[in-house]
Amino acid sequence: MPENSAGTLAPQPVAKPKIKPPRRLAGTLYRGREGMWSWVLHRITGVSIYFFLLVHILDTSVVRISPQAYNAVIDQYKTPIMGLGELALVIAIGYHALNGLRIILIDFWSVGARHQRLLFIIVILLWIVLVAGFAPRQIANIILEAQGHPSA
Amino acid sequence: MTTETIPAPRSSYAPPKKRRVNWEKWGWLYMRISGLFLVVLIFGHLFVNLASGAGVREIDFAFIAGKYATPFWIVWDTLLLWFALIHGANGMRTIVNDYAHRVVLRRVLLTAILVSTVVLLVLGTLVIYTFDPCPANAAAGTLPTFCPVK
Repeated sequence: MPENSAGTLAPQPVAKPKIKPPRRLAGTLYRGREGMWSWVLHRITGVSIYFFLLVHILDTSVVRISPQAYNAVIDQYKTPIMGLGELALVIAIGYHALNGLRIILIDFWSVGARHQRLLFIIVILLWIVLVAGFAPRQIANIILEAQGHPSA
Repeated sequence: MTTETIPAPRSSYAPPKKRRVNWEKWGWLYMRISGLFLVVLIFGHLFVNLASGAGVREIDFAFIAGKYATPFWIVWDTLLLWFALIHGANGMRTIVNDYAHRVVLRRVLLTAILVSTVVLLVLGTLVIYTFDPCPANAAAGTLPTFCPVK
């Protein structure tokens, strides 16, 4: 504000700030957009996979007790609910792996950071292809198992 | 105009610190290198166990015995166990450091991660290398076909 004379030094009415809140869904604390949500999904899938891994090492270790004990445990993996759990696991691992490769490209490829948004779109597309390839097979196996078809 | 004089500093500059191992950097690098290995190891594991053939329906003791009849899957599963569990534990360590602000809580969680990781690495490795495809306590019809008939 230009000051022309001493008379204008009197307190001026405070103008209302003209900054508008962001219109799009952008999160509350962080920046939002692909950068933040890819990170959030990476954490959620990572923690989920980790806890599955702990259980999976323990259930596989039953193979050392006796064949019938191991078969009883692995039969639990063939129930419809666990079958859907395996589908969820593949969905989580698929995202975590593809986005992990995106992170590597951002960190080590000279133009990776500049194209992080494009890389995220590619990750999502490849993820959809992967899940579309696996889901029908898994659902078919769940149905065949529930109908009592022999596996071999 | 007089010449400005700059007073001598009150202390000499700090001697160079002893260079310590930057563990945080190596942990960061480990996540990326092990991640590349895990992409191959895990998708191979998932393909053979869930996607090919009858998927999860064909897994049983004899299936495992068949896989472990050659060193290929023994080496594969060992690499998978060590890479994956350390990768996961280091990721959980990062998350605990991010969110567990109370010192005692953080110590407890980090210790739990370390202990569970060591126990499961030892357990898993022992299971892989002491696996017996034809154990004496097997119930009828559970053994692979290559086992001697009792």
